[in-house]
Amino acid sequence: MSEPRKLRPARLESGLDVKPVYRAEDVERSGGTGGIGEPGEFPFTRGIHPLMYRDRPFTMRQYSGFGTARETNERFKWLIANGQTGLNVAFDLPTQIGFDSDDPAAEGEVGRVGMAVSSLADIEEAFAGIDLDRITVSLTINGAAVVLMAMYFAMAEKRGYDLATLRGTAQNDILKEYVGRGTWVFPVEPSVRLVGDTIEFCAARVPRYSPVSVCGYHIRESGALPHEEMAFAFLIARAYMDHSIARGLPVDEFASRLSFNFDIHGYFLEQVAKFRAGRRLWAKIVRDGYGAKDPRSMVLRMIAGGGGGGLTIEQPELNIVRTAYYALVSALSGTQTMALCSYDEAYTIPTERAARITLRTMQILQEETGICDTVDPLAGSYAVETLTNEMEGRIVEAMKEVEDRGGIVKAISDGAIQAHVSRQAYEREKAIRSGAIRKVGVNCHRIEEEDHPVELHPFRAEEAARAVERVRQVRRERDSAAAGRAVGAVRAAAAEGRNVMPAVMAAVAAYATVGEIMGGLRKEFGVFREPVRF
Amino acid sequence: MGKRVLIGKLGLDGHDLGAKVVCRALMERGFEVIYTGLRRTPAEIAAIATQEDVDAIGVSILSGAHLPLLAKLAEELRAAGLSDKLWLAGGVIPAGDHEAVRRLGFAGVFPTGSSFTGIADFIRERTA
Repeated sequence: MSEPRKLRPARLESGLDVKPVYRAEDVERSGGTGGIGEPGEFPFTRGIHPLMYRDRPFTMRQYSGFGTARETNERFKWLIANGQTGLNVAFDLPTQIGFDSDDPAAEGEVGRVGMAVSSLADIEEAFAGIDLDRITVSLTINGAAVVLMAMYFAMAEKRGYDLATLRGTAQNDILKEYVGRGTWVFPVEPSVRLVGDTIEFCAARVPRYSPVSVCGYHIRESGALPHEEMAFAFLIARAYMDHSIARGLPVDEFASRLSFNFDIHGYFLEQVAKFRAGRRLWAKIVRDGYGAKDPRSMVLRMIAGGGGGGLTIEQPELNIVRTAYYALVSALSGTQTMALCSYDEAYTIPTERAARITLRTMQILQEETGICDTVDPLAGSYAVETLTNEMEGRIVEAMKEVEDRGGIVKAISDGAIQAHVSRQAYEREKAIRSGAIRKVGVNCHRIEEEDHPVELHPFRAEEAARAVERVRQVRRERDSAAAGRAVGAVRAAAAEGRNVMPAVMAAVAAYATVGEIMGGLRKEFGVFREPVRF
Repeated sequence: MGKRVLIGKLGLDGHDLGAKVVCRALMERGFEVIYTGLRRTPAEIAAIATQEDVDAIGVSILSGAHLPLLAKLAEELRAAGLSDKLWLAGGVIPAGDHEAVRRLGFAGVFPTGSSFTGIADFIRERTA
């Protein structure tokens, strides 16, 4: 007779224990399935549309942009020609932080991690020849969001699009920048106010545009656990909502235009449960906590995928396999939009070859696997429904913990959240190094590898030089007195507590630059002083 | 007494997970660590290193701008009389650039995923 086998304990990152077998009684004990509802109906556990991908397949929107607007425009057109259905714009660091390409602070960084933008001329060139009705555009911009959103709107208007029907998304989630990603500019309070300015402006003038995409993604990448990713994102979204409501905006006039951005890596069932639970909890928060009446306000719309934190430098081709699993999780979780990191992203921004493989990964899922045929196919699984119930409880607990300590804005301002997630990031690193978290190619199934196993995306210094020359040319050719007056008007609006967006719209139309407008706002608001806490 | 190490973020890059992880790993191994926070200029790093009288100066860059930024930092460190300190660079630094980084004066190059013990041993040996 064989010895009874001792089972390996299995625990999810959120601290939930995983059973080897789930049964109907587990579902009942955890809260039952009575709360899941129908697809497209409150509380949207099963998805936000009645027919989901049968009716609206997920949008494929790879993060992309490098060098100058000219180079990026070529890459955009190439992605669209390859079947991509949306664009997600990467800006270089000087643009993201509000410096022109010829600013001394920008030296060496122009066009490195994204496209260099100094003035409206660059935005016009970046989107030339792209049909903005057919291809929706997401701008990954935060600290300088008021300027880049205004440039996008100004470009669209000049090309004859009506702002009343223009669609698209800005990331514009400044609170998460203090936790991870780090492209903050101003102190916390005026930064939240600027987000409020964009929400208010869009509600009135660009009502189909999503002015904010709240990012659990970067908080997770900085070390948050899956339930905290949801919890912190919801708290941040509530901070923007509370601010907007305090300014007099009724919840149903803007809540439906808030969207979310989430991460996928780690354990399959935990990730699916996270999204189903998150959708349900968010619907309840907006209906019961804010008294929203319009079901569209309660809907959690998201982009989900990425998963950079799950990818490895070792044996980089294996990342193609990993991202395919993340894409499957994303589709099984009912995402609206998908974007994945490319297999070489631990080394560099993606080469054309890597970008195409990533796009094809999503296309295989959509075209070949039948994943779009049936809504929320995991519903009713004992394991999935139990974990969905349990995950909702974990998210609620994590939200309460932060609120009991004074709320998310305080916890971010004083660095408490940053210290918390970076402690966890260190624990995770140690667990990977010890093998407690298994990573193929890193702590098991290793091979001897050459030092640089991937082809690197080439950086073209001459394009950076071209960006510098271009902003100087714009300054020579415009009416600089008018641009200066327009920047003065932005400062005045900031100082007097008025919505800055109309003045920023006028300033970008006068070809005032990113650096000039952000410089003006820096003088009014000052610059964030980073709390360094361990 | 533990050796004093400055860990800095040079340039505009906002990715600080790796820098902070290395700070903790060194603290656990008995080093005194001074972390600069994000977006420091070469001159600021040199000033903090002088003021804190550190034995080693390590900077992390993930934006791909390491060669121009490290060249400027090397100039500033030399001008501040910090040539006798141990200089280190980490982050996303492709293998093809390691030799160029060492030639700038950064004796230790520790790309993402480097062993904590390896970094700690290197600093101990070179600052003994």
